[in-house]
Amino acid sequence: MGAFSDKLEYLSYPFVQYALIVGILVALCSSLLGVTLVLKRFSFIGDGLSHVAFGAMAIAAVLKLTNDMPLVMIITVLSAVLLLRTGQNARIKGDAAIAMISVSALAIGYLLMNIFSKSSNLSGDVCTTLFGSTSILTLSKAEVALCIILSVLVVITFIFFYNKIFAVTFDENFARATGVKAGAYNLLIAIVVAVIIVLAMNLVGSLLITALVIFPALSAMRVFKSFRSVTICSAVLSVFCALLGIIISVFAGTPVGSTIVAADIAAFAIFALTGALKRGK
Amino acid sequence: MALLTCRGLSIGYEGKEVIGGLDFEVCEGDYLCIVGENGSGKSTLMKTILGLNPPLGGSIGFGDGLKQNEIGYLPQQTDVQRDFPALVKEIVISGCQNKLGLKPFYSKEDKARAKAMTEKLGLTPLEKRCYRELSGGQQQRVLLARALCAAEKIILLDEPVSGLDPLVTAEMYELIESLNKEDGITVIMISHDIDAAMKYADKILHIGKNVFFGSADEYRNAKGAFASREGGEA
Ligand SMILES: Nc1ncnc2c1ncn2[C@@H]1O[C@H](COP(=O)(O)OP(=O)(O)OP(=O)(O)O)[C@@H](O)[C@H]1O
Ligand SMILES: [Mg+2]
Repeated sequence: MGAFSDKLEYLSYPFVQYALIVGILVALCSSLLGVTLVLKRFSFIGDGLSHVAFGAMAIAAVLKLTNDMPLVMIITVLSAVLLLRTGQNARIKGDAAIAMISVSALAIGYLLMNIFSKSSNLSGDVCTTLFGSTSILTLSKAEVALCIILSVLVVITFIFFYNKIFAVTFDENFARATGVKAGAYNLLIAIVVAVIIVLAMNLVGSLLITALVIFPALSAMRVFKSFRSVTICSAVLSVFCALLGIIISVFAGTPVGSTIVAADIAAFAIFALTGALKRGK
Repeated sequence: MALLTCRGLSIGYEGKEVIGGLDFEVCEGDYLCIVGENGSGKSTLMKTILGLNPPLGGSIGFGDGLKQNEIGYLPQQTDVQRDFPALVKEIVISGCQNKLGLKPFYSKEDKARAKAMTEKLGLTPLEKRCYRELSGGQQQRVLLARALCAAEKIILLDEPVSGLDPLVTAEMYELIESLNKEDGITVIMISHDIDAAMKYADKILHIGKNVFFGSADEYRNAKGAFASREGGEA
């Protein structure tokens, strides 16, 4: 079992622990708004935004920014606001707009990286941005710190606005009619989603973020019936799957992002089955 | 002074008018019934008053310092998604959201109010049930309880008794009446039940090809003009 204890020792290294902390926080944050995104049919926006974030990263790479997070964050948040606007004006056109923006960002992003990148391992770089790094051990200390700060902010915002998010998600028209500032809360939701997506890009890459956001919520919705229990369950489930995924990836040498998502998929299968059995009774 | 004044109001969707030239006002403590055939624009009028739908022309004025967050609303249809996980309890108390402002959590009073409304509508046994697993009539009562939580000064009800059984319908009318007479809450209700409308309401607004606005007694006298169209609808 020499290899095994080697790996165990590996888990005690500070940079591995950083990775675990980041993984847990990102998983927690991304699951919180999952229910809202799924129910408001906003998952599209999440998907579109992750592609925008990819494009923004490519721009940051071209500009040779050492810390690309601020730029990516600004571009993604702005796009979130923009997408929400178009989505509200006309439902059907909104979906098309999102699709257009997301594929454009993807194409332009790849094009830019191709033209300007001096990297000898371009396809490796692209793969990393799309599917997450093969290990998240490459996180710099600054990134970890920023991630912790943003996660804490996201969690606090969510708790603070929990009742409002419920009201706006359950019945936006009622909320609006009775004097709740639904527009402002929608905007808040979009901004928080953008922040979460940028955070999660480090962990799972831009293509897999949607999975991280919606799978825990979909799983929890199979079994639980109240908004609160679904929210709590999806948070716990997401953190559990992220931990499991990171540990498996350390032991088996698999890519972190896809391992976590695979764990989320397995959890979904289990929850779907449990839900079906419960209903069958 | 009137709580709500509509002058030359024209309503519709995307520039296409459903009905125009509406003139009426609602005073504090009034009980107004809006009647008219299907598709005449009753729900549209209510949504326009609530600011959910922009008016095409004319004006809507709120008087007596009525604020948007003192309004309760029961929509005709709520496009709640089939698989929305929400307990009756969670939905009813969400009606108190408009009192919170920026405060994050419900106060003791809010919780007590939600409890009282749940009790009032006989929903206490269903409190911990999932909304999507209730019958249509039960869901209607949940949304009504939520509307009551939100209503501080005025409540707008879009066909509150549709889908309710006769017993609950009678109770509902009593409840709305007591809300109006005892709690002094202004009621605007859309209904197809003309008899109940004339029995309970002080004022009637009939919209359609002929527009009528006046007291219930005046409407009863003028009813001949509308009876042909409204026919046996009840
Ligand atoms: N979202 C919408 N977009 C465009 N037209 C609409 C929309 N909703 C309703 N309409 C149209 O506006 C008209 C009035 O509809 P409204 O729902 O106000 O009728 P109503 O008087 O409430 O009828 P009912 O008694 O059936 O509830 C109808 O002709 C309807 O086709
Ligand atoms: Mg209607």
